[in-house]
Amino acid sequence: MTAAVAPTQATTEPLLKIRELDKHFGPVQALYHVDLDIPSGQVTALCGDNGAGKSVLTKCIAGIYQPDHGQIYWDGHPVHIRGARDSARLGIETVYQDLALADNLDIVQNMFLGRERIGFGLLDEDSMERAAAETLASLRVTTVRSIRQPVASLSGGQRQSVAVAKAVMWNSKLVIMDEPTAALGVIQTRQVLDLIKRLRDRGLAVMVISHNLNDVFEVADRIAVMYLGRLVVQDKASTFDRQSAVEYMTTGAASRSVGGSSVKD
Amino acid sequence: MAGKEAAPPEQTADLTAAPEAAKAEVPPELVAHSLGEYARAWIARVRGGESGVLPVIIAMAAIVLVFTVWSPNLIFLSPVNLVNLFQQSAVVMVLAMAEGFALILGEIDLSVGFVGACGAAITVQLVQPLTTNWPWWAAIIAGLLFCVVFGAIQGTLITRLRLPSFIVTLGGYLIANGLFLEILGFGPFSGFPNLAGFSNNLHVVYNLMWGTIDPTISWIGAGVVVAGLGGWMWWSDHRRRTSGLVAPPASLTWLKIGLIALVAVVVVSICNTNRAALGVLEGVPWVIPIVLALLTAWTILLQRTKYGRYVYAIGGNPEAARRAGINLALVRTIGFSLCSLTAGIAMLLYASLLGGMSNNVQGGQYVLYAVAAAVIGGTSLMGGRGKALHGVLGGLVIGGINNGMYLQGLSFVAQYIVTGFVLLAAVTIDSLSRRGAASGSVTRV
Repeated sequence: MTAAVAPTQATTEPLLKIRELDKHFGPVQALYHVDLDIPSGQVTALCGDNGAGKSVLTKCIAGIYQPDHGQIYWDGHPVHIRGARDSARLGIETVYQDLALADNLDIVQNMFLGRERIGFGLLDEDSMERAAAETLASLRVTTVRSIRQPVASLSGGQRQSVAVAKAVMWNSKLVIMDEPTAALGVIQTRQVLDLIKRLRDRGLAVMVISHNLNDVFEVADRIAVMYLGRLVVQDKASTFDRQSAVEYMTTGAASRSVGGSSVKD
Repeated sequence: MAGKEAAPPEQTADLTAAPEAAKAEVPPELVAHSLGEYARAWIARVRGGESGVLPVIIAMAAIVLVFTVWSPNLIFLSPVNLVNLFQQSAVVMVLAMAEGFALILGEIDLSVGFVGACGAAITVQLVQPLTTNWPWWAAIIAGLLFCVVFGAIQGTLITRLRLPSFIVTLGGYLIANGLFLEILGFGPFSGFPNLAGFSNNLHVVYNLMWGTIDPTISWIGAGVVVAGLGGWMWWSDHRRRTSGLVAPPASLTWLKIGLIALVAVVVVSICNTNRAALGVLEGVPWVIPIVLALLTAWTILLQRTKYGRYVYAIGGNPEAARRAGINLALVRTIGFSLCSLTAGIAMLLYASLLGGMSNNVQGGQYVLYAVAAAVIGGTSLMGGRGKALHGVLGGLVIGGINNGMYLQGLSFVAQYIVTGFVLLAAVTIDSLSRRGAASGSVTRV
């Protein structure tokens, strides 16, 4: 397996710590006192029904929305993330559901889009191709015929892999994935889940937003559930079972206690 | 079989649901290791709907065949006509390269004809010895500067106010048409400033189209171009091959270099034939190196710079470009400026071809020719696909049709109709190849 970089601070301080985060749009309270920890070297699954606030929370972390109240800590230090550039500088990369790949560009061009390497005023294609090939190889994405083929010719799983490789290329520490398996078939889902595990083994913090409980239980080390703008529970995945997870997602509470650090008020 | 090596497990798990479809979309030089493999991959690609420049090559061959058979005494293929054809096509070629910037961005620019004509009229007016008598280079810069500014204003309206480019440039077309007539009215030329006369500045502008290079220098120049281009192609492919990057087979590189050399020899031979009925007219016309220089510059800009990469990214997926931190408004505005600048160069060549500027410039029709040439050459109307070379190839097709039909004594009516049908055919091929590629393809997210 990959030589896992042992996460040093994983046991003590989580990589990303969110405290009392509030966000409202006009009269609609989208996030209400959200507390969330995302440690390195673990996969945290963020679950919840439609409209629970998963996307808003993600966008606050990615810097697209500014929270109204509350504090985000990165490596123990309070930070203000004011835009995509800020989050990228910290090492946060988001893989959106629509992947944001340009169909007409090839894999290398997509992976370096916006951060091209330049030599003598022109694009340094050779160096970019080498770096892209290394990243894909390290993630064991080997099913593509050529890294110079246009993204239009890739399957859904391959596209997801390219989008993930693009995200981890920049020494990122936290990769947020929005519904990574939603549009995929069985074999492709398998490959993306393996990829997520490989990211974790490298010591990265991974946050996966998903509806699919099969995937969540397969890949997650920790599970956090949102319900109507609140983060109702977060704990080790082993403390949940399928029924309790569904109950948290649909009602915000579980009939049986699962011993989690339930953040109900 | 005991001796049979099993394929690596990662390779067998290829997720592509329809391998033949994916094969069709992968450029053949990426997967081929020999010329034979390349040919097979290329055929698969054409069958899959990704025909590249094949339709335009076929169209050119058909034009040559039809008009050669049709024209008496092989006039169509005579050196004097071929050089004429290139000179007439040059305006459409450059105008199509201009339009290419807008099309690759996923936009359209309807104003190119008259904006370029305005710039050319400014240049022609400024070099007139009777009035301003500017040096030729200053007059050309002034004309092109007008185009750049006009394009930047249109681009700003389109990007900052989010107005549709179709409407903004339609307005720009009418405004530029009016300005053009206004500019022609200055000076004692009754609206027809021309390039005839005994002034060095007039001569330079006139010679953009009509000047010729000495035959010996033409050969030397062609040799330098082929050696330079061939050497660069060989060196970059060789370096990629030896460092294990994706590269075409060596035989293919040599084949391409050979083709370029062949084209150079044919073109220079034709141009160096004495084309005059009386006296001597020989040598490569200036317009050929001008078009080649522009083609080289825009190819490098689009294929090898950050700016060009962003143009394609915006044309392919604006949202992806935005998330990558690209300044969409800036890239688009510069694109419209470059479009107008190139149009200025095209119409300057047109002024040189006509020997002056007059109010019967068909700026409106030239826009349509420019779009048609770009699309015929292989640039997509949907954005994200296209090259400067496509404008040159498409311009040759349109120029060839017009020239051949003119030789037959057919009226403009017939030329319009035939050009219109060729455009429809090109758009149909573009659309069908996209549909073919999409339907034959694999899971789309």
